[in-house]
Amino acid sequence: MEILTDLIRSWFGPDKMSDQAVFITVASTMATIMFIVMALCALIFTWAERKVAGFIQSRYGPMRTGRWHGWAQAVADMLKILGKEDIIPAEANRFFFSFAPILVLLGSLLAWAAIPWSPGFVSADLDLGLFYIFAVSSLVIVGLLMAGWSSNNKWALYGAARGAAQMISYEIPLALACIPVVMYTGSLNTTDIVIAQQGGMLNWFVFRNPFLFVAFIMYFIASIAETNRGPFDMPETESELVAGYHTEYTGMRFAFFFLSEYANLFLVSLIAAMVFLGGWWAPIPGLDFAPALTFIIKGVLMVLLNMWVRWTLPRVRVDQLMHLCWKVMIPISLICVVGAGIWMMLSGQAGA
Amino acid sequence: MDSTIPLGVFTPGVLSNFATVLIFVLIGFIFAALALWVAKLLRPSNPSPAKMTTYECGELPRGSSWIRFNVRFYLIALFFIVFDVEVIFLYPWAVVFKQLFTHPQLGVLVFWEMIIFLTILTLGLAYIWVKGDLDWVKTLVDRPESEPVRGLTEAPEEEVPTP
Repeated sequence: MEILTDLIRSWFGPDKMSDQAVFITVASTMATIMFIVMALCALIFTWAERKVAGFIQSRYGPMRTGRWHGWAQAVADMLKILGKEDIIPAEANRFFFSFAPILVLLGSLLAWAAIPWSPGFVSADLDLGLFYIFAVSSLVIVGLLMAGWSSNNKWALYGAARGAAQMISYEIPLALACIPVVMYTGSLNTTDIVIAQQGGMLNWFVFRNPFLFVAFIMYFIASIAETNRGPFDMPETESELVAGYHTEYTGMRFAFFFLSEYANLFLVSLIAAMVFLGGWWAPIPGLDFAPALTFIIKGVLMVLLNMWVRWTLPRVRVDQLMHLCWKVMIPISLICVVGAGIWMMLSGQAGA
Repeated sequence: MDSTIPLGVFTPGVLSNFATVLIFVLIGFIFAALALWVAKLLRPSNPSPAKMTTYECGELPRGSSWIRFNVRFYLIALFFIVFDVEVIFLYPWAVVFKQLFTHPQLGVLVFWEMIIFLTILTLGLAYIWVKGDLDWVKTLVDRPESEPVRGLTEAPEEEVPTP
């Protein structure tokens, strides 16, 4: 942020702009960059997902569009979606139907504000950082319920109800899994969390103690469920609910749901990289020459792991999903919190 | 952040970090509106009554879908509120946990207080678990076996007969 602030100050000449004007310019630039990153990751990951799915299923995936491994397939899809008619069913509630995709998109965009890309380069350096991310990502659930209910379609309603039940349930292990990390850091500020992991791989929070490792696994499973992806893609099970909550959506509004889904996928992966995998720190100390790149590579690797899981495991049933969350993951996450506390007390790491 | 913008303190005339969040909201709306506007310029629009009907696998839709749905979703929402509030209380505790350890007795006290808090909530979890409220497929204990109830269970856990 300082880099950007200095850049804008020097660009317009020093003392030409008031502090507020500089602040607003910087914030708007960051918001625009984040939006473009979101759109780009939706484009890249839709293509990557098809390729990964293809290779896992012993086929090639898209090969034609744009010559090299069908790299332009996602671009072509986006252009095609732009030309699609926007259909709002006559029975639907028009206001909520039109507003829901925007809310879903906003929910994913807002969470990006607190992601620390490299030292000092974070759009909003909030003291509540991690908590803020969990809070604003809940907007997606509201948008999803709104979409499902306003469509006045049975599939959409079932999909939305299931999706909301799933997402709110898995939010608890997700938030609980991050508590041991907050106990170690003593701060919710995302930059502070990354700085606390300085000095090589063994200082990353995953490898600090066994409870944190379990917490990381809990976080990973919960994050798959949070993004509604396989094996937990209950809200949009094609075989039983057509397309779930976005059954009635077409064109650009459908694209918003899609964009938000892939943006959330990258977001939860970046949070995993930030909270557990050392953020912008390289595995070996001394290799930190490209912090932002390191961070993004970690995020992309987590996304690939996510895709691997999605295309390997079969979909679970709804009752199994709820069983896993409430009877397995929440107790384990609670044990992780208590265990990490005991470990800190015994090893004397707390006072340091 | 640089020194001109203090962290989290509201000073008149100086924008706090949450102003960035507000700007994110505005920019998000602007981009969403822009995307919808561009799409509006490009897309065709010829609605017909058949096209505007609710999709129900090609059949004519029967009735509204704004109906009462299964009580299990409300139960999940209730449990969520209880446990989410628990998590909200855990976060401030986790933030100060490390600082309070500089004081030897107070650190242990803080730890045990949270253990008591968690124990009470775990008892609550155990209660709803034993009561069967966490089961997605509810068993109907009040009814005799000979009287099958139809339409109340969505996904029965019975075994599929092998061919």
